[in-house]
Amino acid sequence: MSAVVAPVNGQLQWARLLARWETVLVVAILGLVALGASLSPFFLTPGNFSNLVAALMEVAIMALPMTLIIVAAEIDLSVESMAGLASAILGFLWAAGVPLWIGIPVVLVVGALGGLMNGLLVARGGLPSLVVTLGTLALFRGLALIVLGPRGVSDFPAAFTELGFGHVPGTLIPWPFVVFVLLALLLGILLHRTWVGRQVYAIGKNAGTARFSGVRVTRVRVGLFVLSGLIASLAGIILTSRLSSARADAGSGMTLTVVTVVLLGGVNIFGGSGTIPGVALAVIAVAVMQNALRLASVTVEVQSIALGLLLILSVVIPTFAHQAKSALDRVGGRRPPADSTAHGEGAPS
Amino acid sequence: MAESGVTATVGAARTRGQWLSMVARQRELSLVAIMVVLGGLVSIGAPQFLTPSNLSQVASLASIIAIAAVGQALVVITRNIDLSVEAMMGLVAYCVAIVLERHALDAPAAIAFGLGLGLVLGMINGVIVTLLRVPAIVATLGTLSIFRGVDYLIAGSHQVPLAGLPPGFTDAARDSILGIPIFVLVALVVVVIGSVVLRSTRFGRQVYAVGSNPEAAAILGIPSRLIVFTAFSLCGLLSGVAGVLWVMQFGTINGTSATGVVLSVVAAVVVGGVAIFGGSGSLAGAAIGALFLGFIANALILVGLSQFWLQAIYGVVILVAVSADALILRRIARATAERRAR
Repeated sequence: MSAVVAPVNGQLQWARLLARWETVLVVAILGLVALGASLSPFFLTPGNFSNLVAALMEVAIMALPMTLIIVAAEIDLSVESMAGLASAILGFLWAAGVPLWIGIPVVLVVGALGGLMNGLLVARGGLPSLVVTLGTLALFRGLALIVLGPRGVSDFPAAFTELGFGHVPGTLIPWPFVVFVLLALLLGILLHRTWVGRQVYAIGKNAGTARFSGVRVTRVRVGLFVLSGLIASLAGIILTSRLSSARADAGSGMTLTVVTVVLLGGVNIFGGSGTIPGVALAVIAVAVMQNALRLASVTVEVQSIALGLLLILSVVIPTFAHQAKSALDRVGGRRPPADSTAHGEGAPS
Repeated sequence: MAESGVTATVGAARTRGQWLSMVARQRELSLVAIMVVLGGLVSIGAPQFLTPSNLSQVASLASIIAIAAVGQALVVITRNIDLSVEAMMGLVAYCVAIVLERHALDAPAAIAFGLGLGLVLGMINGVIVTLLRVPAIVATLGTLSIFRGVDYLIAGSHQVPLAGLPPGFTDAARDSILGIPIFVLVALVVVVIGSVVLRSTRFGRQVYAVGSNPEAAAILGIPSRLIVFTAFSLCGLLSGVAGVLWVMQFGTINGTSATGVVLSVVAAVVVGGVAIFGGSGSLAGAAIGALFLGFIANALILVGLSQFWLQAIYGVVILVAVSADALILRRIARATAERRAR
């Protein structure tokens, strides 16, 4: 659509670039970095960067498939429990003497199967994903508790825990960050450069129209949930490795942060729009913010106030910017009114 | 269109006279029937299940969730959702406990303060959703973080112990009038008033209209934003009630009180047969859904199943309830289509 209404003069083009959510995020990140640097001399050191990134990687990794799912106008609340179930099964198998090279694939298969269950209930059963994944949020956590109980398993080999908090040799880049970047590239290409991605947007904009246009809506939806389950179990493995301990309550409460990060990244909760680069920037913004606040000795719990405010503002600001802009356009008389209504919110969804 | 949407939810059984739609409308009865059967089975294995003291304990605890679930149901019927319920409950609970501990207010004033605080928090949600036009799920996800953060900010690592509360304050959790626990009476009053309002007042009918077809409701001149704002405000008020009862029930309150309760509340609403996309369902259903979940939890523990099974079974119950809804709705739709074709 932006190609159709491409402005002729450079000034408007600037305005359009500035109005992009990704630009806002970059500005916010720069502001937060400046704030962090002024708060503490340690903020800009590589070691701090490394800590800053490592703590958020499970959330960041789960946010990637969540982006695709929300773009397709669905939601997956069960990811945190799937991460917990992955951790529990991994710990259970390890404690039972099963080597990790068998345990890890088993866990990934369980993740994919859990995702398949969500996907079939939503896409085949026609049930609302909000309720289905609320159900599996409880179910997967329950299974994790049944598998492992209240105990923790922590005698993992060093090679495995290295994956969680080790760095790429010779650098301070944590391994989970590498996983995140690879997955972001992979899913970014899938969403933005392939027909599958176009179909995901089409489903999110209007599933009925997509179906009549030949999109295999059911198949794509199921695929997205399988992907989400698979990657959530991967996040559970990384979490287990980073904490060098498998626990049934691993990942509790993460879904909220995952969804918050995705929405902060400019993804529309009603589907149809949003980008992987936007979500990646949101991950960085949240990581920088949490780190800056920590250096300012604000506790993790109180940081949730900032996170919640950011989330709400991320919706309020674009809405009002849009309204202000169309009001200005009307006053300036630069556009005929018909045009402004065509692109306004008045269009039926 | 609005008319058909509204009547479909209100009078499906009356106009279509189909047994399936009867079952669909009688979710409350089906739940009660399942509870009776289950109760009978459980009491064979665990005779203490059906004792008055156990039952009143279960019902008291479930009443807290039920009251919050009634508020949630009201919001869900308008095609919105309030994920911040647990944070409102927690914040109200802590604030009430701390003013009591510091003797800033006496018990009745503290309770009134708690309810007022809940109402204000609900109004904040309402303003964000209606005036700032943030989708409810995003708005309340945000306020969930914010309210909980404020709770932590005020509480820090402090915990109000049972001894910090005025003597007798927590008695209400265990007292009963005419054999009925006080919490259950409170929940009953909430459900009865709420149901009458939804059934027989202009506001109540407008709540269903907004939820079943927002566009049509707007065309009819229904002030949707005001209705949604009111629903969120009332949800906050009821969360406040639940928060005050939480203090009485548990006595020991800190910044993390009521964490995770939103899962039970939304589960109660879904199990109680309120459609998650609005427009249909009853407040009594939501309350009975809460009772049902509490009942199952208690039964499982008494049967000797470890409480680790609880979460898994909650999950299954939610999935079964929503699948049953979809199945019944589909059958009704098919039956209607067939009758029209004839």
